Amino acid sequence: MFRYQIIIPSIILLLWVLLALLGPLLPLQPDFIILPNILHPPSFEEWLGYDDLGRPVLDRLIMGARTSCLVGFWVIFVSLTVGTLLGTLSGWFGGYIDLIFVRLMDIFLAFPGILLAIALSGILGPGIENVVFALSCVGWVGFARLARAQTLSLKHREHVLAAQALGAGIPRILRYHVLPLLLAPLFIEATFGIAGVVVAEASLSFLGLGVQPPTASWGSMIRDGTGYMLVAPHMVLAPGLALLLVVLSVNILGDKLRDRLDVKSRGDNN
Amino acid sequence: MLSFLLSRLLSMFVVLLGVVTLVFFLIHLVPGDPVQAMLGESALAADLESLRIALGLNEPLLTQWWLYITNLLQGDLGNSLYSKEPIFDMLVERFPATLELAVAGLLVAVLLALPLGSIAALRKDSVYDNSAMVFSLLGVSIPNFWLGPMLIFLFSLTLGWLPVSGREGFASLVLPAITLGTALAAILARMVRATLLEVLSEDYIRTARAKGLRESAIVIHHALRNASLPIITVLGLQLGTLLGGAVITEIIFAWPGIGQLTIESIQRRDYPVVQACILLISLSYVLVNTFTDMLYGWLDPRVRYSV
Repeated sequence: MFRYQIIIPSIILLLWVLLALLGPLLPLQPDFIILPNILHPPSFEEWLGYDDLGRPVLDRLIMGARTSCLVGFWVIFVSLTVGTLLGTLSGWFGGYIDLIFVRLMDIFLAFPGILLAIALSGILGPGIENVVFALSCVGWVGFARLARAQTLSLKHREHVLAAQALGAGIPRILRYHVLPLLLAPLFIEATFGIAGVVVAEASLSFLGLGVQPPTASWGSMIRDGTGYMLVAPHMVLAPGLALLLVVLSVNILGDKLRDRLDVKSRGDNN
Repeated sequence: MLSFLLSRLLSMFVVLLGVVTLVFFLIHLVPGDPVQAMLGESALAADLESLRIALGLNEPLLTQWWLYITNLLQGDLGNSLYSKEPIFDMLVERFPATLELAVAGLLVAVLLALPLGSIAALRKDSVYDNSAMVFSLLGVSIPNFWLGPMLIFLFSLTLGWLPVSGREGFASLVLPAITLGTALAAILARMVRATLLEVLSEDYIRTARAKGLRESAIVIHHALRNASLPIITVLGLQLGTLLGGAVITEIIFAWPGIGQLTIESIQRRDYPVVQACILLISLSYVLVNTFTDMLYGWLDPRVRYSV
């Protein structure tokens, strides 16, 4: 039982990443319009049918996997880097720098994150880079808060004091004596975070504020499909299930990871 | 209590001032010219300039910011660039709908989560417990912009029980409230289960049992009351997510609230309205969190004495 709960989500996520990476190499035609096939239901020739413009849904689904994966990893990468850097420095230096920084985080946390992302990407216009920017603007805060808290407790540890006594410079201490110890919890947070980012990207695309058409995104596919639910439910079902499977897999694996590492389960960080 | 209240209000004010400033600068520093966007690519340079002066966009950024803050403190949010209507009136017109949706979503979440989480905790490791946790995992993972259309498909289009969209009467509120509340219900159910499990092993629960109290009285008066603090905390923290989700839910169901206004204004490049909508939602969020903090004192006198 326990094994399956790890193996199945892992396979789904692996498939997701593989499709995202290999998508451009496959003979896909996500933007190829075949007019007679408009809203054609799934069949043996075309497994997931065609959309409202006569484009193959399966091909678009795979390109959508690429979009979500790309955005997910970039946003987590940028947020993790910026958040860790700012959080560590703030925690290390303390004093006024820290005070201002904590206030800044309070302000960012006073918004519903997705709202700020909606406003930003609305103003910036559609496009993958803009989505990454908007979501990173929201995403760094969680990592910064965690990195700061960890640094605060780490900076009084004996090995850090010893490094200071030996005359090591601040960059060296942070790089070799603090960072390696705070990365583990940050990576757990990052794993969980991917699910949130994937949903957020799809939300933005659903609202028409995400990727630029005709680039496929699961969110925009769902939006396009909602108008045809009675005649072509496959247009909404396919991208929705794909999204659900990826997010569910990340959440299940995240749970298992948390159980195993026995991080105190709080239930409020996903 | 009064000094606690005052310090909370002061820090709330500072955070809100920060929110206003942040939103202001983000919107103004982002590349792209709103005037150009409003008049289109083919606009004449003279027209652009005169509109810019009319909107005060030719002033230095700090002057604009100061003007915005001082106007805001006097209750003047400015006018919509699109409809020329005062923004304050637009918000007053739309806010009740969002409030109604948020409260309904919250109710759905609490009404689902309390029984689900409680019974799961009381019957730990039973079939019921496992299915409640599967529901919770699904609820957290299902995106609301997919759940909404699926509910519409099932209950409106196929069964014809509930209206597809709009805001007319109680029936139209059911699907949006479920769409909005499910994710929160899932998170909350988990929290209720975890906290109750902890509380149920306490000595005072054994005492209550030994006194021969009914199980329902023990759960409701002794266990849930003591478990309420962490549950309320999560509720307060998750309200931001709920309000963010309300934006998307309003779009799915054509619900005429602040979220719909936000998206419409973004599409019309009506930035002052976008800014005002974000401020209003942030204000509600900060207010609720302050209120949650105060609720602690009422729920748990130990918190009150330690302040």
